[in-house]
Amino acid sequence: MTNKSIEITEKCELKLYVAGKTPKSATALKNLKEYCEEHLRGMYSIEVVDLLKNPQLAEGDQILAIPTLVRKFPEPIRKIIGDLSNKERVLVGLDIKKYK
Amino acid sequence: MNKKQNLANASATLPKAMTGIQGLDEVTEGGLPKGRPTLICGGPGCGKTLFGIEFLVRGATEFNEPGVFMAFEETPEELIQNVKSLGFDLESLVKQKKLYLSYVKVERSEIEETGEYDLEGLFIRLSHAIDSIGAKRVVLDTLESLFSGLDNTAILRAELRRLFRWLKDKGVTAVITGEQGTGQLTRQGLEEYVSDCVILLDHRVRDQITTRRLRIVKYRGTTHGTNEYPYLIDKEGFVVLPITSLKLNHDVSSERVSSGIERLDAMLGGKGYYKGSTILASGTAGTGKTSIASHFANAACNRGDRCIYFAFEESPKQIIRNMKSINVDLEKWEKKELLKFHASRPTLQGLEMHLVTMYKMINEFKPDVVIIDPLTSLISAGTTNDVKAMLTRIIDFLKMHQITSLFTALVHGQETSEHTNEAISSLVDTWLLVRDVELNGERNRAIHVLKSRGMPHSNQVREFLVTAEGIDLIDVYMGTGGMLTGSARVAQEMKDKDSEIGKKHKIELKKRELLQKRQAIEQQIENLRSEIESDEQEMTDALATEEATGRKVVSDKQGMARARKADKNFDDIFSQVKKSKV
Repeated sequence: MTNKSIEITEKCELKLYVAGKTPKSATALKNLKEYCEEHLRGMYSIEVVDLLKNPQLAEGDQILAIPTLVRKFPEPIRKIIGDLSNKERVLVGLDIKKYK
Repeated sequence: MNKKQNLANASATLPKAMTGIQGLDEVTEGGLPKGRPTLICGGPGCGKTLFGIEFLVRGATEFNEPGVFMAFEETPEELIQNVKSLGFDLESLVKQKKLYLSYVKVERSEIEETGEYDLEGLFIRLSHAIDSIGAKRVVLDTLESLFSGLDNTAILRAELRRLFRWLKDKGVTAVITGEQGTGQLTRQGLEEYVSDCVILLDHRVRDQITTRRLRIVKYRGTTHGTNEYPYLIDKEGFVVLPITSLKLNHDVSSERVSSGIERLDAMLGGKGYYKGSTILASGTAGTGKTSIASHFANAACNRGDRCIYFAFEESPKQIIRNMKSINVDLEKWEKKELLKFHASRPTLQGLEMHLVTMYKMINEFKPDVVIIDPLTSLISAGTTNDVKAMLTRIIDFLKMHQITSLFTALVHGQETSEHTNEAISSLVDTWLLVRDVELNGERNRAIHVLKSRGMPHSNQVREFLVTAEGIDLIDVYMGTGGMLTGSARVAQEMKDKDSEIGKKHKIELKKRELLQKRQAIEQQIENLRSEIESDEQEMTDALATEEATGRKVVSDKQGMARARKADKNFDDIFSQVKKSKV
């Protein structure tokens, strides 16, 4: 059987924390958009937070590593750090993809 | 003076940031390296976090250097709660923008790692925190939590290296704490990144008593104390005891203070102890050591001196009650706040804690006299070596402050009393030995001065009496039978008195006899005299009779001659007779 995306009933709120325009951040953003288009079309929002501009925001979401992807909603909060190059892990991390 | 010089010298070579932690600045000769990271490592419960907090709090309050505390293990609320008992009010410091508490949560279950990342987020947060209050100090507690939260150690190590570089560039004095690992100082080998200063905290348990030790493993570019220094965490925070660095150069006084026992003063060159000297009163159980100590305390308070009495065997109330029975009223001095009692069980805490307690009390109360009663029970709180080291410290400390100290020491009956206190005998200046003398089925106390530096002390053994009026020393009886004490002495004295009286009696008797004899003789003389007088009288009478008779004979003869018409020269013969008669 093929992998099948589960029903997404709620809109997925995603935040991507970056620090300036580093290659890692760019890669992460590119990867994220790609996965979202593929699995969450129309059911997601991505907010990119540049910590160089708003350093005070890092504390609230307990950001350590850059880039960090935070799924604020639906609960529970999930964090994925790195350039999101491993698609499987991102989807598992975001609870988007279930394996059969 | 020396210390200050050292501090000044050190700061000339390497800028240092004073920690404000008691004793640590002396050990490190001025504090932690300014603008560089310092690693504090140690096992659980050794006070790493507290060290960090105190470093920041002292920095903010005493040196006007705001600080950032980045906690990886505890939330700000927990931290505030935890150090409140030490009198650190973190909340108000945060409000005054002197302190920034930041909690970094590293929760493995929430984090998924995919691909490359760096810890720029941490840097940004730290940077933001530093900039928002203009921090000069940073504490990271404990960075190693990162290793449990994140998998990619290669990235972590690279980032840590970058972090320490970055901290140096920022010019903040940083303290990084690390959990002690097996075979190395920290579990994750943080010491390879932090190379300027590494301090190891050690927390060990021996015989159910814990002691804490601090050691500076390395400190680049400066000299520092290399010993293990006891430290402790008490209700005012972190205290390091740098006492082994003390030198033997304290001032001495030639002033003398009374021991409170007149005869004892007399034994000590007539004036008592030297001010600032160390006196040891040792003896077996029940020989009156505490009484000697109490007399000394009493005498000190009487002079208006201040005195601290450290009691390790009896409660203050008990001492007061017991001493009242020998006419020493310590209670009134306590009420006048000239005397302070501190009683605790020796096993209550480690030796260091006792030492620090003593230090603190001495520093606060500023006594002239300190009594430790008994010293020997402290041995139960540590090994003989530890006790000796501690006593060296305390004695040095007391001497430096010109405090006269009296220790009592219990020696056990079996041991020869001169040897048991070897550990400290060389440290004390005056050593009084109180001992039992068993004779004729009773025990009596005798005291002598074993040594007393710098004074012509008595070499005599005195009998030591504890009476309702206090301690009294009296000469022991030295006779043909040896030394006598107690009732034997009394008996001997009575015997002596008896014979004395007997002698007196005899003389009196003789005198009287003589007098009588004299009277008798005088009587005799009188009799003889009157006899001779009567003889003389008789003689005179006889002579008178004779003369009368003679005249009569002559006149008779003349008459006769005249009658017989004798020779012419008859008159001459007659006159011759007359002459011879006259």
